[in-house]
Amino acid sequence: MRSGLLLLACLLLPLPVRAADPLPVTEVAPGVFLHQGRQEDATAANGGDIANIGFIVGGAAVAVIDSGGSMVLGRGLLAAIRQRTDLPVRYVINTHMHPDHVLGNAAFRDPGTSLVAHGRLPAALAARFDTYRARQADSRTAGDEVPAVLPVDIAVTDSRDLDLGGRVLRLTAWPTAHTNNDLTVLDTATGTLWTGDLLFRDRHPSLDGSLLGWLRVMDDLAAVPARTVVPGHGPPGPWPAALEPQRTYLRTVAEEVRTLQRRGVGLAEAVPRTAAETKTRWLLFETYHPQLITAAYAELEWE
Amino acid sequence: MKTMLSPAAALLLVSSLPAAAQEGPTPADQERWQAVVEMSFPGRTPEPAGAALSLQAPARAGDAALVPVGVQLGDLGGDRVIRLHLFIDDNPVPRAYSLTFGPAADPAGGLETRVRVNEYTWMHAVAETASGRLLQTATFIKASGGCSAPALKDPEAARARAGRMKLNLPAEIHPGRPVRAQLLISHPNATGMQFDQIGRTYIPADYVRQVSIRYNGRSVAEVETDIALSEDPSLHFAFVPDAAGGTLEVDAHDSEGKVYRQSWPVPGGPS
Repeated sequence: MRSGLLLLACLLLPLPVRAADPLPVTEVAPGVFLHQGRQEDATAANGGDIANIGFIVGGAAVAVIDSGGSMVLGRGLLAAIRQRTDLPVRYVINTHMHPDHVLGNAAFRDPGTSLVAHGRLPAALAARFDTYRARQADSRTAGDEVPAVLPVDIAVTDSRDLDLGGRVLRLTAWPTAHTNNDLTVLDTATGTLWTGDLLFRDRHPSLDGSLLGWLRVMDDLAAVPARTVVPGHGPPGPWPAALEPQRTYLRTVAEEVRTLQRRGVGLAEAVPRTAAETKTRWLLFETYHPQLITAAYAELEWE
Repeated sequence: MKTMLSPAAALLLVSSLPAAAQEGPTPADQERWQAVVEMSFPGRTPEPAGAALSLQAPARAGDAALVPVGVQLGDLGGDRVIRLHLFIDDNPVPRAYSLTFGPAADPAGGLETRVRVNEYTWMHAVAETASGRLLQTATFIKASGGCSAPALKDPEAARARAGRMKLNLPAEIHPGRPVRAQLLISHPNATGMQFDQIGRTYIPADYVRQVSIRYNGRSVAEVETDIALSEDPSLHFAFVPDAAGGTLEVDAHDSEGKVYRQSWPVPGGPS
């Protein structure tokens, strides 16, 4: 059995990289295209296609926003772009360092393409990349390339405008929230805001940064003048109304964890006792709720 | 008693087979535990603890780098626990925590901390009693990647509070009645298994090794720990305060030779 698998692996390895099938995308606003990821964990069956990724077409160039969880997804996104325009992809923007958003970056490797990210992304991704690559192997499509880290060409530390030719994207680098390197993209032409994982819709939020930081960032984020939001996970929606379910939930988590800590309730007991009634409201609750409460508890202990 | 594993021994353990089933330990699991026992308690065989010990851990961890675990003491039939150990069998360094109760301790408080779990594994708690018995109990936990998991969600915030300690006491304290307290130490507790791609190197191990807790000059607990302890180690302990109140003192030593020392007043109060 094992030698058969090895033989199969040997046969697969030397194959040239196939041209990927174009990913299905929806035009959520004029010139703004979204490929919506599945509300699932990354598995071999879904090929790691779980995050929202997309692109914006300007008068002279294209900007990609997140490249997906694998090289095959990145190439599929590029193929979807090529079905619609011959303009060059001048920017690949990463909204944060999580693997489902960045492991397709190398599909856009080109001298004319700049990788754009929060100034803290390179260090954050470097510290985790081996772990991400090892985990991604479980959902990688047979024959797909192993992802690689590309250097960040444009590091955003505060805010930055990118001109696609008569179309300006306003990038904002946020203080630590979902991660320590969250970056949002506002398409000023249509008022479409790409939040990356600063917003989860329907899917349970995960926390890899700071709960208190996220609550503060959401206050400022709500003031961004946008009409429509494209979250990191889940369907697009009206802005800022689409932010409210997550904002209310994370506030509740912070309040309940603080109350339990004041009563001397330990971490193990706090997890099932915090916001347990939301079980039916969030997809993937069983996976991400314990993670969120554990991280929130450890952070709030130092208040 | 010396329970630290030599690096060579730790490597040997890493290369052994992982646990497969949860119903009961496989022969490989048993072999591995025997090896840990032989290194930690040479020539001795722990007996099943029965009702004397219970080990609490989630069946599946929410975060493999931050798994709450506790050991509670039950009916010891007149015997007394002098030392409690926690082992995570399949971790690179299985011994996570060894606690020696001092004269000011309330051993009924047991042991509670947070650990990293590197792969699906059996965990063991072992108690040494005053009469010389060695008692063991075990549980299985599903978690993986805890030791190599990237640390520090927010490195800047962590740096800002490095070395700080925090003591959580209950709101009400009654002299003569045991008090359960929690000590938090802000420390990266780096395992040496976390890789930095930019530096193309492993972040050097740097972890809290020893913590001494004293109340009014008498020992509450002497704790020896290792890389299995989570970032910002959390240690629970119990002691019996005096009517006049007093002072709790903590010394923590890390593997880099740094010493962290802090003390807190503990109020007396109505009895």
